[in-house]
Amino acid sequence: MAKATSSAPPAGSHAAAPINQSLTPDDKIGLYRLMSRIRRFEQVSLQHYQGGKMAGFLHLYIGQESVAVGTISLLGENDHVITAYRDHAHALAVGMGMDECMAELFGKATGCSKGKGGSMHYFEPSKNYWGGHGIVAGQTPLGLGLAYGLKFKKLKGAALCYLGDGAVNQGAFHESLNLAALWSLPVIYIIENNGYSMGTSQSRSSAYPSCLAERAAGYDMDWELFSGEDIYEVRARTQVAIERAHTLSRPAVLEIATYRWEGHSVADANKEKYRTKEEVERFKNEHDPIQRWKRVLIEEGIASEEDLKKIDKEAQKEAEASGDFAKASPYPTPESIFEDVYWEVDNKTDAGQTGRHFFND
Amino acid sequence: MPRRLSYRHALREAFDEELARDPMVVLMGEEVAQYNGAYKVTEGLWDKWGDDRIVDTPISEAGFIGMGIGASMLGVRPVMELMFWSFYTVAWDQIVNNAAMVRYMSGGKINCPIVIRGPANGGTGVGATHSHTPENILANFPGMKCVCPSNAYDAKGLMKAAIRDNDPVMFMESTKLYGEEWDVPSNDELPDGELFIPLGVADVKREGSDITLIAHGRAVITCLKAAEILEAEHGISAEVVDIRTIRPLDEETILESVAKTHRAIYVEENKPFCGVGAQIAYMIQSTIFDELDAPVLRINSLDAPAIYSPPLEAIQLPTPEVVVEKALSIC
Repeated sequence: MAKATSSAPPAGSHAAAPINQSLTPDDKIGLYRLMSRIRRFEQVSLQHYQGGKMAGFLHLYIGQESVAVGTISLLGENDHVITAYRDHAHALAVGMGMDECMAELFGKATGCSKGKGGSMHYFEPSKNYWGGHGIVAGQTPLGLGLAYGLKFKKLKGAALCYLGDGAVNQGAFHESLNLAALWSLPVIYIIENNGYSMGTSQSRSSAYPSCLAERAAGYDMDWELFSGEDIYEVRARTQVAIERAHTLSRPAVLEIATYRWEGHSVADANKEKYRTKEEVERFKNEHDPIQRWKRVLIEEGIASEEDLKKIDKEAQKEAEASGDFAKASPYPTPESIFEDVYWEVDNKTDAGQTGRHFFND
Repeated sequence: MPRRLSYRHALREAFDEELARDPMVVLMGEEVAQYNGAYKVTEGLWDKWGDDRIVDTPISEAGFIGMGIGASMLGVRPVMELMFWSFYTVAWDQIVNNAAMVRYMSGGKINCPIVIRGPANGGTGVGATHSHTPENILANFPGMKCVCPSNAYDAKGLMKAAIRDNDPVMFMESTKLYGEEWDVPSNDELPDGELFIPLGVADVKREGSDITLIAHGRAVITCLKAAEILEAEHGISAEVVDIRTIRPLDEETILESVAKTHRAIYVEENKPFCGVGAQIAYMIQSTIFDELDAPVLRINSLDAPAIYSPPLEAIQLPTPEVVVEKALSIC
């Protein structure tokens, strides 16, 4: 690695990293609970999607949970998160509630975006979560802007900007890398590499030397490639980049290998054609990050199988209750179509009440 | 003797005053700092305000415009220069899907107090790629505001309003006006101590009784020249309404004028199909049909890509003569 960012510790030793040593048993169980909640939320949302309760797309994160949960578990007061359209896990990981997230899928007024965004557009700035963006790589300059804002305001923080492996071929991403390195902005691009940009495998979509993250070398920027299966590893190796962003205001590209069990979206008609059934089954059976973390907790004597089953059941119950909440919630009113377009109009300022802003008769 | 100021100098004063007023304001764009601006609009500001406030960017519109939008979500107030508005095309996804839509899609949790500015005009011999006038396209997107000042006074006052606005404002200038001078009073000559013009307020630039010429941007100057000819050579009294901002739009001033003159022409350097004039003509006929003594007409740039050849380019844009001819056809 030309610009190797840290000498990778030998496999299995990530539990010993200081950032992981600082985890209490409760913290570790909390990570399990969060992953379990994310999975149950998405499984329940899939049922409702199939039951005709929601429109459009539903991009599921099932199989990738350790990436969002591991990385976001490291963040502090001035660290920010922005991602693409596969955004449910990040939302729950920053602390958004299942109810508001489920209601958004149903297009209800109680949704996190008041039913105006849908699955791909979750936001919660009060939890430093800036979306939820539908255009591939469109969020990458925004993540850069969050980092710019932090540096401009002289705050010690980092912006974690997630993207898929398909986004690395968009111009906006490359422009962002150049600016991040040129101006030394504390943005960390996290490529959640699940191997497929929709139905096109990595080898059919990208030209690269050893991996996608190595493209950062062309911008004189730190980069790393590692597996996302083990939360200890995700945390230990992401923490290096976060510390560097905090102390040196240096950007990085992290490529985290992961796998999505479902199709690109629920509407992906070819999900069993562009990859083999055996491949999907292998990841489900041998590389499930939740099962892996479960084994760690049991081996470390932190929780029993029974304890964890109880957590799963609670998560399932919470997810089902969020479905009930969404069903029972009202749709937005027709009047609300014209709300949240202009800040000045919403806040009834002089500017918002001067001139005509909307042009229907 | 009133103070005379060029359009570019008036803009520079607006930037300077807003940089002093609000530490969150930052100017960014290609060549805006050390080069002093490709059209010298930002001349001297880097010397005065330094690297943190006046920032040279690489040629990377999608990247730096998107970055400004992201920074604005965190409360920075970026004023981003596109060296030509024509380059909006490479930053389009960022402008439309992020600046204009993020507030809506977040259910009102986010706002983007950003200004994107630069010249948007043809007529300078630079060919079709550098002569775009996308104000009608920008104004088509709810969530954005669109401003087109026709003179130095308005440019300064509207820029100050744009920078203080909490929504994304697309501010369209003209290289053909940058060097022109107008009366622009200094702050100590003004009752409020500053020049501030709210967005969404049109201005009657010349009063008249027989026909209303409505326009935005440099076409207002064309209309004023046409009005002089109409009066001097044809005894026709033309009123000129400068809409100044396209969205939000001051419909009342337009309607009051047309209700008085009973005739209207919209003049713009934009193309005709779905141009700003199409919207205004629709609005007039649907609102005060009974006041009209003639169909509402419009004059646009001739409907082809901007031609290079200088003598032809000069007639591709509306001229006072064309405006006079069209006015005579309904007066």
